[in-house]
Amino acid sequence: MYTDLMVSGFGGQGVLIAGRLLSYAAMREDKHVTFFPAYGPIMRGGEAHCTVVISTRLIGSPVVRNPLAAIVMNLPSLLSLEPRVKPGGLLIANVDLADRSHSRREDIKKIFVPANTIAEGIGSGRVASMVALGAYIEATRAVTLQSAISCLDKIITEKHREFLHLDEEALKQGALFSRQGTGARGQGL
Amino acid sequence: MGKVLDLVRCFDRMRLVMIAVGEKVLMRGCEAMAEAAIRAGCRFYAGYPITPQSELAEYMARELPKYGGVFIQSESEIAAINMVLGASVTGTRAMTSSSSPGISLKQEGISYLAGCELPAVIANFGRGGPGLGNIAPSDADYFQATKGGGHGDYRNIVLAPYSVQETVELTHLAFDLADRYRNPVLILCSGLIAQMMEPVEFMPFKGGEGHSQKEEKPWALTGARGRPSMVIKSLYLQDVELEGHDLKLQEKYREIREKEVRVEAQHLEGGRATPEERAKLVVVAFGTAARVAASAVEEAREGGLPVGLIRPITLFPFPRDFIRKAAEGTDRFLVLELSGGQMVEDVELAVRGRVPVEFYGRMGGVVPSPEEYLAEIRKRL
Repeated sequence: MYTDLMVSGFGGQGVLIAGRLLSYAAMREDKHVTFFPAYGPIMRGGEAHCTVVISTRLIGSPVVRNPLAAIVMNLPSLLSLEPRVKPGGLLIANVDLADRSHSRREDIKKIFVPANTIAEGIGSGRVASMVALGAYIEATRAVTLQSAISCLDKIITEKHREFLHLDEEALKQGALFSRQGTGARGQGL
Repeated sequence: MGKVLDLVRCFDRMRLVMIAVGEKVLMRGCEAMAEAAIRAGCRFYAGYPITPQSELAEYMARELPKYGGVFIQSESEIAAINMVLGASVTGTRAMTSSSSPGISLKQEGISYLAGCELPAVIANFGRGGPGLGNIAPSDADYFQATKGGGHGDYRNIVLAPYSVQETVELTHLAFDLADRYRNPVLILCSGLIAQMMEPVEFMPFKGGEGHSQKEEKPWALTGARGRPSMVIKSLYLQDVELEGHDLKLQEKYREIREKEVRVEAQHLEGGRATPEERAKLVVVAFGTAARVAASAVEEAREGGLPVGLIRPITLFPFPRDFIRKAAEGTDRFLVLELSGGQMVEDVELAVRGRVPVEFYGRMGGVVPSPEEYLAEIRKRL
């Protein structure tokens, strides 16, 4: 089993935390995993992105040029990342900030999730990346949703403890959207 | 007050141990190295921030004082390496870290450490060069690390981890080797390993949890009460006297070459492979290139291609004899590096023209994919 994912958005949208949660969940499932964040000046504003690779074997490279899947949380990320997704791959786009009219690819599976709208419905726009991650997990089964939920307390700092149950709800709502919106379960990318 | 502080210290140590005991944690390579260094008994760190490894210094700043260690953010890389020299003189396990341009600045200090026969651990998380280059991963400091870098007849022991887990293991080894041979040990890995997070398990604290007692080092300058005073220096003004010192160093390097070679091989004859499975092509790669190569070689083997892999873990001492022997059982070598071709020269020296040695490298911070390496392997079979 091998799969990889790139997550991209503005700094502060929870891009890195979504990637780290997925990585923790994969580790909990005893899989090989690498998490590679953008670093250096990129951290100081503008676009944030990270790459997660999950495999049952040794992972050769944590760097991926053409991912099997991408989560894009804003328009600049949609424009830069969509063309890089492998044919037959998956795009999860936050349609609240990345209008689907900008999406060009027809050879990939696309899920347009209103991540901010759903997150605000739960109680905070800050958990939008968890909505998108929930949609990704449902569509790919890269890890189980339960693994992801059980790892939340590993990545949420003391300061943000009050978001824990919001994050859990966001993952579930994202998964639900993915299931209802696409009628697909576990494509096994 | 003292008691309260002790309690705080104990509590903090407990917290740390609770995170790590018997459990895998997801950690950045450079932070894992910092934790491993503390566990290996490092009690002095000096460094100056530079991407992609500033998190190592941040980790040390936060954690090292909890173990009675000293963290100093120095005014420059040059100051940092010389502070390490000062700490090492007292017998303290000391380290510094940086990335390529910062390591260039440290070369004078490293030469002095070697000349004074002082242990020290220096980590270089390489980035694209030359000059200021960029901050993307590179292994183009091989020459600098293995062939001196500073002036004079000296060698660093050079270790090249290819995963976060191995970074932890080799950090422990680095401190042990540095003390055993009283010589600087350089851990060379690309910035990719600094920034990448992977599951990692830590080794126990050296000498028990929270251990901060110094090793017995009869040569250390600890005050001359009750014994004759000693001098540690690299200055020997008489030519014959200095040559004597240099010969002693050369003898030490000979011993290191004889005893400390570490290398991993896959699918080579003499190992598990039968003669029919003989690797007609042997890939040689270290560090980041080696993990990409390992994936590519596995995939190639599954596709029926007769290819093997040699991964030097020590770059000095270089596994020259191992490669020389492998040359007897293969048709050609392919050296893969994140550089314009540096280790390939050592492979050529080892092979001595018996079979062709070919090279494929990417520079400037480009990390190739396993597919790219696989294509290079296919071209040659």
